[in-house]
Amino acid sequence: MSAPVSPIRQPLVTGHKSYHDITNDLVTPTERTPSKTWLIAFLISVTVLGLGVFCILWTIWHGIGTWNLNRTIGWGWDITNFVWWIGIGHAGTLISAILLLFRQKWRTGVNRAAEAMTIFAVMCAGLFPLIHMGRIWMAMFIFPYPNTRGPLWPNFNSPLLWDVFAISTYFTVSLLFWYTGLVPDFATVRDRAKGFRRKVYNFLSFGWTGSAKHWQRWESLSLILAGIATPLVLSVHTIVSFDFATSVIPGWHTTIFPPYFVAGAIFSGFAMVQTLMIMTRKILALEDYITIEHIESMNKVIVATGMIVGVAYLTELFISWYSGYIYEQFAFFNRAFGPYYWAYFGMMFCNVVSPLFFFSKKLRRNIPFTFFMSILINIGMWFERFVIIATTLARDYLPSSWSFYVPSPIEIGIYIGTFGLFFTLYLLFVRVAPVVAIAEIKSILKTSGDQYVGPNAIHHHDHDDHGSHDDHGHETHDSHEVHAATSSLHDAKSATATTASNRTTSSAASTGGIAQDDLTKLEGIGPKTQEALKDAGIFTFASLKNTSTEDLQRILDKAEGNFMGNSPESWPTQANLAAEGLWDELEQLKDKLDGGKFA
Amino acid sequence: MTIRDKKVIYGLYNDEQDLLKAVKSANHDHLDILDVFSPFPIHGLDPLLGLEESRLHIAGFIYGLMGTLTAFLGMTWIFTKDWPIIFGGKPFWSVPAFIPITFETTVLFASIGMVVTFYTICGLGPGVTNPTLDDRITDDKFAIAFDASHIDAGAAESFFAKTGAAEVNTKIL
Repeated sequence: MSAPVSPIRQPLVTGHKSYHDITNDLVTPTERTPSKTWLIAFLISVTVLGLGVFCILWTIWHGIGTWNLNRTIGWGWDITNFVWWIGIGHAGTLISAILLLFRQKWRTGVNRAAEAMTIFAVMCAGLFPLIHMGRIWMAMFIFPYPNTRGPLWPNFNSPLLWDVFAISTYFTVSLLFWYTGLVPDFATVRDRAKGFRRKVYNFLSFGWTGSAKHWQRWESLSLILAGIATPLVLSVHTIVSFDFATSVIPGWHTTIFPPYFVAGAIFSGFAMVQTLMIMTRKILALEDYITIEHIESMNKVIVATGMIVGVAYLTELFISWYSGYIYEQFAFFNRAFGPYYWAYFGMMFCNVVSPLFFFSKKLRRNIPFTFFMSILINIGMWFERFVIIATTLARDYLPSSWSFYVPSPIEIGIYIGTFGLFFTLYLLFVRVAPVVAIAEIKSILKTSGDQYVGPNAIHHHDHDDHGSHDDHGHETHDSHEVHAATSSLHDAKSATATTASNRTTSSAASTGGIAQDDLTKLEGIGPKTQEALKDAGIFTFASLKNTSTEDLQRILDKAEGNFMGNSPESWPTQANLAAEGLWDELEQLKDKLDGGKFA
Repeated sequence: MTIRDKKVIYGLYNDEQDLLKAVKSANHDHLDILDVFSPFPIHGLDPLLGLEESRLHIAGFIYGLMGTLTAFLGMTWIFTKDWPIIFGGKPFWSVPAFIPITFETTVLFASIGMVVTFYTICGLGPGVTNPTLDDRITDDKFAIAFDASHIDAGAAESFFAKTGAAEVNTKIL
């Protein structure tokens, strides 16, 4: 370990994994025969996809008349679903690109699956504008090419054409980024496979060898792709919002749309990542790689973007009133109290009120609650798009042409069908590819594995042992002996499980032979508190005095059990005296203290 | 760089820190390392191996610039020369409206260009089979490879023994 790691940093890979364990855990789901759960889920998905395909073919055969769109409401569920899916497709690239630039290590646990989700969501999204065209066989008209029609070019001034460019670029770049990340992992799968399977993965892995120069270029490529995907991801939803903002429809032509849409997209995207990851980690037993820390980090993003969305809603309301423009005022009055009031209040509740629960750390770390919230947010964000699109169009300038819109069964079928497409692709993905980026997890192991950081860490002396075992190996030349010796870390693992009861035994075992002080000599530290401190790597007065009060408080917060009454404010001062051996001074200080607090 | 038709003597290490120490030791002994293989990128390895910084970003910039020019000049030509149309009373050459497509095309050209370049210069691609030293290199082993024709077998063996390689093997790639 070259870089110093704070004892406060929470591990992102738990279970004391070795490199080989990581390979095993992450490749095995692609190697074993599909489970019953998977088969049932896959059959349901394919059936639902079949329904979607039927409804799409029905639409293409009979025309858009099979939908309940009318002259007033020209955009209904189709565009609502398009914007909803494309919004979901924003989390993947945000996680892999923006968090890569910000060097957020928790990204590595979820980026692969989130990027896959992005690609599949963009595919679902892209479907809607295509079938919305009506004559899908004319779809190539949207591309600028020297054609035989004049040549007739598309309108480059139109946001709808910008959308074509933005979404096809986004899809392509996400796909390239995702696949480039997959290549080394496919090589890992290849090197464990035999026979036909090996041939398939050899093809998929592009002949990857793991050469140092290749890795260097691979990292360079990832970084630049992340750099250019960052403005790209922001541009895509900005351009989607232009579809509305450049119109002359009250409620649509507002300059707040681009940032508001981008925040909403990230908000809904993270909610969908949560939905998927919570299911995936459970079913594929990936709890050691997608930990509660990952879930909490994503919940933090959700609460932040949820509040941005909330501010945008309220700003819109305020500006509509403040503008003094009666059509704008009416549009917002109509949203809240018109025929679609339930969609508006559903949106307000799901997107503005409910994310506030995530201000509670307990709820952020509660998995069933997070799952419930992620579904709620997905529903809320769907309502948002429906409110913006259908509700606004239903009451336009002329009361004589006011209308109401309920989707036809075909429209509902197409929307449900996109879930079939999405989950069919996702289920195939979890069968074929490692769901967590193997190489990236290995590269953060030494700074984020729980044997190195956090309450389960094995003390640094073990690393020194590790080094000396190697020296032993040099003399013998015996690979088996070296392997046995260097696996001292792995041995510790077998004695460890993630359960709380085992946690104390393992750290006690791993700290044998290290100088320890009786921390209970200090006022305010009982046996249970001492245990918590030792779990966090604080064994001596010397290390306690060098730990800040804030860090101590954080250790107590994270530890099992109730330490609410404890205040660590005096502990470093007390430990300082104890470390110096000034016991009389310590007693004098303790007299002045009140339960460990400065009186 | 893909190694082909070479006799290679290589040692496998169990930890990337051991490998880094070994590479330093090889540099100290003036041994010429052919290549290093690892399951994940090792930070701090490139300068030790004398690898220059990748110039992929320069290529990316050039591809991006090509995208910018293609989109912007293309739209300019189409809307001012080939088929001028008035949209909403705006000028034919309405630059602000060209910005979104120009940006997207820049990103598209840069990423496709860089990815294709990356696979081409690395000798990777669909259907390519490159010889590998050991199946465990993509799992948990770190390899240092020497060209057997450039290094004395005894010197290599003693180097691997000294630096704590777990296994030493010879292979013709």
